[in-house]
Parts: sequence; structure tokens; C-alpha cells
Amino acid sequence: MNKSGNTQIETKVLNVTIHSNPVLKNIDIQIPAKQLTAIIGPSGCGKTTLLKSFNRLLEIQDNVKIDGEIVVDGINIMSGGLNVPDIRKKMGLISQKPYPLPMSIFENVAYGLRIHHGKNAKELAETVQKCLQEVGLWNEVKDRLNDPASRLSVGQQQRLCLARAIAVQPEVILCDEPTSALDPIAAQQIEKLLLKLKKDFTVILVTHTLRQAKRVADYVIFLYFGKVVEQGSAVEFFTNPKNPETKAYLAGEIS
Amino acid sequence: MPNNIRNVFKHKLLIVGILSLFLSFIFLFIFNDLFLFALFLILFIILLIYNFVKVTRKLYDTLGTRLMLFVTASMIFLFFLLLIILINGSIDILQDQSLSELILSSTWKPFSGEFGLFAVIIDTLIVTAVSMLIAIPISVLSAIYIAEYAPKKFRKIIRPFIDVLAGVPSVVFGLCALLVFVPLVRDDIAPFFGNTISSGFGLFTASLILSIMVFPIIISLCVESFNAVPIALKEASLSLGATKWETVKKVIFRASGPGILAAIFLGFGRAFGETIAVAMVIGNQELIPKSLFGPGQTLASLIASNYTEVSSIPILASALIFVALILFVVVLIFNLLGYLVLRRASKRWKY
Amino acid sequence: MNKRNLEEKIFLGLMLASVFIVMGSLILIVTVVVLNGVPSLSLEILTQTSEGGFYLGGGGGFLNAIVGSLLLALPATGLAFLFGITIALYLQKDFLNPHIANFIRLCLDILWGVPSVVYGVFCLTIMITIGMAGGSLLFGIIALTLLEIPIITRCIDESIKMVPIGLKESAYSLGSTKFETAVKVVRRQAMPGIIAGVLLGFGRGIGDAASILLTVGDSNYFPSSISDQTAALPTMILNLVSMPDQVVQNKAYAVAFVLLMIVLLISILTRYLTKKSSKHIIK
Repeated sequence: MNKSGNTQIETKVLNVTIHSNPVLKNIDIQIPAKQLTAIIGPSGCGKTTLLKSFNRLLEIQDNVKIDGEIVVDGINIMSGGLNVPDIRKKMGLISQKPYPLPMSIFENVAYGLRIHHGKNAKELAETVQKCLQEVGLWNEVKDRLNDPASRLSVGQQQRLCLARAIAVQPEVILCDEPTSALDPIAAQQIEKLLLKLKKDFTVILVTHTLRQAKRVADYVIFLYFGKVVEQGSAVEFFTNPKNPETKAYLAGEIS
Repeated sequence: MPNNIRNVFKHKLLIVGILSLFLSFIFLFIFNDLFLFALFLILFIILLIYNFVKVTRKLYDTLGTRLMLFVTASMIFLFFLLLIILINGSIDILQDQSLSELILSSTWKPFSGEFGLFAVIIDTLIVTAVSMLIAIPISVLSAIYIAEYAPKKFRKIIRPFIDVLAGVPSVVFGLCALLVFVPLVRDDIAPFFGNTISSGFGLFTASLILSIMVFPIIISLCVESFNAVPIALKEASLSLGATKWETVKKVIFRASGPGILAAIFLGFGRAFGETIAVAMVIGNQELIPKSLFGPGQTLASLIASNYTEVSSIPILASALIFVALILFVVVLIFNLLGYLVLRRASKRWKY
Repeated sequence: MNKRNLEEKIFLGLMLASVFIVMGSLILIVTVVVLNGVPSLSLEILTQTSEGGFYLGGGGGFLNAIVGSLLLALPATGLAFLFGITIALYLQKDFLNPHIANFIRLCLDILWGVPSVVYGVFCLTIMITIGMAGGSLLFGIIALTLLEIPIITRCIDESIKMVPIGLKESAYSLGSTKFETAVKVVRRQAMPGIIAGVLLGFGRGIGDAASILLTVGDSNYFPSSISDQTAALPTMILNLVSMPDQVVQNKAYAVAFVLLMIVLLISILTRYLTKKSSKHIIK
């Protein structure tokens, strides 16, 4: 249980079934606000599924059944009648492989702004600049904002996706193994960025490298075959794990 | 690349053999020289036998592979043979009439020796344009629905509809157009636009049936393009709070733009070259009608309507071959454009 | 309902309307053909030839057209298949440089898009040169073969392209030659696509009118030799429709009904055979 700070996201008895296979079983977790939470566990254990359930992106696939509650800031986002795009706006998502939209660098960042906030050109340009500065891309791209985003390096593209995500002022940033496709230097840049961003946003990071979690996490959730084995503050988790499976995973016996 | 050219030269004898086969056909059809035809044919057979007899080891494999090369090469030669024979057949009419007479004159009276194609060309362009104008929005909208909005069960039902529609023979389309669209245009549509003298046989009727024939082509290609957009891209847009429609408008369209364009080119080619269905309802008059509901003739339907007279007017055959050549070249250009568009696009957006 | 959702709802309405137009077109065609064709159907019309007054309102049937169409489409499809599978196998990376292969694919795609009337004119030209201007079964078959080769080849090609390379590598590592692998392993894996392609080609061959209009002439009897003229289903429809008598015209719908049934049969057969031959393939 997290004692310092409020809970931003809480799930109650969350069960997710895909193609009749239970992927997430009875998930009860609490994610603290304005901290970096790492979701760790071996590959294929449902980490990405859990992440994508937070912004209801899971539903766009066929044969997905979601039961249970996901409470964000006190509201159960799974209840009927809610405006899904608005829910999604609160959560930014960056994926394993950066997917820049098929537009220019400027338009990529401006995409969400145009949809939600109307088109005041001056405001748009200012916000785009601010976001690009936040992620440390501004100096590299300020002279070629109208170039296609596909011309950037993979590391730059990932930072662009971050800029794009924070432009719509979400409360939470969901990261699905964001550094696995990057070289070590670019990966380090992203990690530093996430640490910086957690001051303003709640960051949830799915990673399957223990070392990365040790480096950046404030709070850790350990997922094993669709079940939450242990969750807690990073310090406690890594120095004093309570569960035998956790101990085995940390010791490298299971992967 | 150099390595493969070297491999090709290993089969020199076979290449020479195919070349002589090709030459023999040219001598037969273009120069009508039976002696040289026979000569090269025999040469080809000799080379073929020699080539195969030479092989003693791995007989089966080499035989098989060389057979495949032979067949494939013949196919390519056939492509060029088609072109050459069409060009050769058009020589007569091109010598008889100047190109400007053929293309710019509107008078088509084969019995008087007049072969002006201008009216027919204009009619073809009008009919194709109108049918595409009808078909493109309907097809693209349907494709979006099928790819992005339709529930799985509905998708399963629509699929066979499109496949069957694609397989219906053009005569059957023409027959239905005859029974349904001709009276519809004559009694309802034309009077609605102030035209009370239309017989129902005309450019618009042809466009109507053409657009139905083009639906399956554009729809299936567009659906393929839409489905090829990586799901992560859609997720990226949705996770920024965009609605499904905004994602379609701004992301999916852009990402599959080349595919849509290629589909349109292909559909255009089909509409341009359709012969039978158009010939049954267009009125078969080689003139530019005063209204869209008046009779006309397209390049393709011209061939169907006039081929019977070929025995009485020899040069008419050459004229019709020339029209076929035009059809071939136009379709070739549009297919090429579609291919280039797709290739250029795959280089630009790499996912 | 805000502006964003309103726009989506309007376009959703337009999309549904478009889908219904498309589906409605097919329903319209089937309905027209069935309603007009079935009344004119009878055992007589399916089992007799068109000699003696069929075109003039008398008895008889269009069996000669059915037989003619089969005698045209079956050999053409068979030949096109032989060409098709040979070329499609050869286009794979194992045999041919990808640049050349893609050029050939482009040529085939262009040939697929060429209007069938061009193939008819091509054969007509050859016929005139040789001096056989009357039309014959032979040239009808040639025209249809040319028409079907691109279709069958590209379909088989696409199907073979999807064979996982690991499968072929396993075969090679067991000592199989390229040609053997092609014939024994690849063919089985690509079988569903091959079947689909062949049936598609056959459907095209039996229904196409423009290519055989110029090349097979017409006849009231079964063709007795390959140089005979012959009737065919599409050309019979055209003949009947141009007759002045309404009753005779209606018989055209009966022929169209038979054609449509063949097309539907092909569709169903494709689905069934594809499923059946997918049993053995590795996913």
C-alpha cells in the first residue's frame, strides 16, 4: 500500500479475457499519483494488456472481455455511457516501437491540440514549441518542423511521440516498454525524460528489464501469468520482497 | 544483379532458341513469310533438343528449371507480341487516314471510308468520368465502413456479396441494365432533369451500370489498404483522444492514400475498357449527344458494334485494331501509374 | 451531441447508405435474372440445341451454348493453369532475381487489366492473317487462355509468396532440389490459393463475352471439331436479346440465370474447397 500521495488509478477485481483465454485475473492494484510506477514481469504475462485497459484501448480488438472496475480519480471508467475519447485524452500512450503519425513533425505534436482545442495558430505554435522543448527535441528539429516525422531517428521519433502525448495535457503517461527498440544512448535519454516528467504527470512504465525498473521506479507492481504477485514502493520491493515468486524473479531464477 | 545476369547467360542456347521462336512468329504474322517462319521454327526445335540432350546429370531438376524459364520467357514475349501485332494491324488505317483525321474528326461512316473517332473518344471520357464520379464516393465510404466500423458478423456477410458482384459476367450486367436502368432513365430520371425525349439508351445509363461493375474493384482494394495500416498507428491516434472518425479522416486516409489512388486507377481502367454491358445500353451512335441522356458510343462498344462488317470493309478491321490498341495503351498507362504510386508511397512511409 | 460526434454520425449514415447501395445492386441483379429467367426455364430448354426455330419463337433450347461454353472454358482454364503454375513457381526468389520477377508481375498485372475485347481483336487479327476468318473453337480457346493466364498466375503467385520461408529451408536441408521442393512442398502449402485462382479464372472464362464474340462465330449445333464455330452462353444472350420477339428475348434471361448460377456455384465451391485444402497447411 502506498502511503505518501493519493491514488490516481485503482483497479478492483479486474478480469480480462482475450479469445477465451484469461489474460488478467482478479487484478487489484493502486497506482500512486505523480510517481513513476513500474509494471514488471516476464514476457507474455499481461503487462501490456493491463496498460492498455487503463485508457480503454483494449476494446478496439475483437473478442475482448473486460470485467471489473477501473477507477481513475474516483470515477469508474468502465461504466457505461462515458465519452471514451475524453477518457483517453487523460492518458497519453507511447509504445515499444515509436509510431509517428504520417505527417510533419509539427503536425504530429499539433494533432491532439487541433482536435481538442481549436486552431489558434499562435497558441498552437507556442504549445508545440513548449512540448518539443520539454522532451529535449526542440533544438534538433526547430529548423525542420515541416519535414515528415519519418525522417527522424528512432530515438528522436520516440521523443516526438512523448511530445505529442503531453501536448494534450494528460494526467497519466502510459509507457509500453518504450526503450526496447532504442540504442542505449537514446534509451537513457528517454529514461531521464520520464524521471523529469513524473513531476507533472503520473507515469506508468511497463518494462521487462529488472534493471530499468530499479533505476527509475518509485512504485512497483509485479505481474506473473496474469496475476498480481506483489506491489509496493520500489525501495521495499527490491530490498525486502515478501512473496517467494518475487524473490525467485528478482534472483533471476524465473524469467 | 550482375550475378543473375551471369546465370542467364549460362542458358545461352535456350535464349537463342526462344529468340528464334519469336522471330518465326514475327515472320509468319507480320511478313507473312512461311519459309522463314518454318526455318526459324526448325532452328528453335533443334536448339531445344540439343539443349536438353546436353544435360546428363541432375536431369530432372535442370529440365524442370529450364522448362520454367522457357514458359516464363514466352509469357513476356507474348506481352510484347500483343503490342506488336496490334501496332502492325493498325498500320493500314494509319496509312489510309492521317492521325488527325482519325482522332479529331467526328464522322464515323465506315462505308464511306470515314473513320473519325473524336465523338467516340469524348463519349468514352464522359461515360468513364460519370461512372467514376458515382462509384468512387460510394466505394470508398463502403470500404471505410467494412474496414473500420462493421461488426465482425456483418463483415462476414458483406464479403461474399462483393466477391459475387465481382464475378458476375458483363452480359448479365448488360441484361439487367436493359431491363431496369433503361426504363428508369427513360421514365423517371431523364424527365426529372427536363429531358422527355430520351429513349433510355444513352451515356448516363451506361455510366450507371459501369459504376456498379466498378464497385467491387475499388472496395476490395481500399479495404486491403485500410487493413494494412498498422494497428499501433490507430492506437496512437485514439490514445490522444481522437474519435474513430477523426482517426479515419486524419490518419488512416493519409496512410492508405496511395492504395486508394491505385484502386481508383484500376477502377478507371475497368470502366474505360468495358465492352459488352456498355454496348447493350448506350445506343450505339457514333456522335456526341446533346444531353447526358442521349445515345453515344465508347471505344470499346465501337468494336463490339462494328466487328461484323469487317468482312465487307477490309480496312475497317485495321481501324478496329487501332481502337483496340488505344484501349491497350490507356489501360497500360493507368496500371503503370497505379504501380508507380504504390511504389513511391511504400518508400516514403515505412512502418 | 457536440460537433465532433455529429460529423461522425453523418458520415456513418452515408457509409451505411453506400454499403446498402452496393449490396442492393447485387440483390437487384439476382432478382431481375431470377424473376425473368426462371419462368422461361424448362427441361426442354436445357436439353435441346437451338436448331429449328429457337430464335424464332419455336421450341428448342440452348444446350449447344452450354456445351460450347464448357468446351471453351475448360481447356482454356487447363492451359492457363499449366502456364500459370509454372510461371508463378518460377517467379519466386529461389529461381529468379526479384527485380526481374517484379517486372514480370507488373506485366501480368497489366495483362489482367487489359479489356477482354483486346484479346478478341488480337485473335481476330491472327485469324484474318491465317485466313480463318469465320471463327472457331480453337481461337476462342486461345483468346480465353490469354485472358485467364494473368489471373491464375497472379493468384497462385500471391499464394506461393505467403509460404513461410522456413518451410522451404527445411525441405532444402533434407536434400531436396529447388524443383522438387517447388512441386512437392510449396504446391501443397499454396493449394487453397491455387484453387481460388483457377476457379476465378474459370468463372471469367465462362462468362466473358467480348473475347469470344469476335473469335468463335456462332452455331446451332455442338462443335464437332476444333475448327468449327460454336455457340456460347454469353453470345447466345446477345443473340436472343436482339431478336424482335418479346418471348424470345425473355429466353435470354433463362440463359443469364444459368450463367449466374454457375458464378454462384463457383463462389460456393471456392469457399468450400479452400477450407478443405487448408487442412494440411502450416500456419
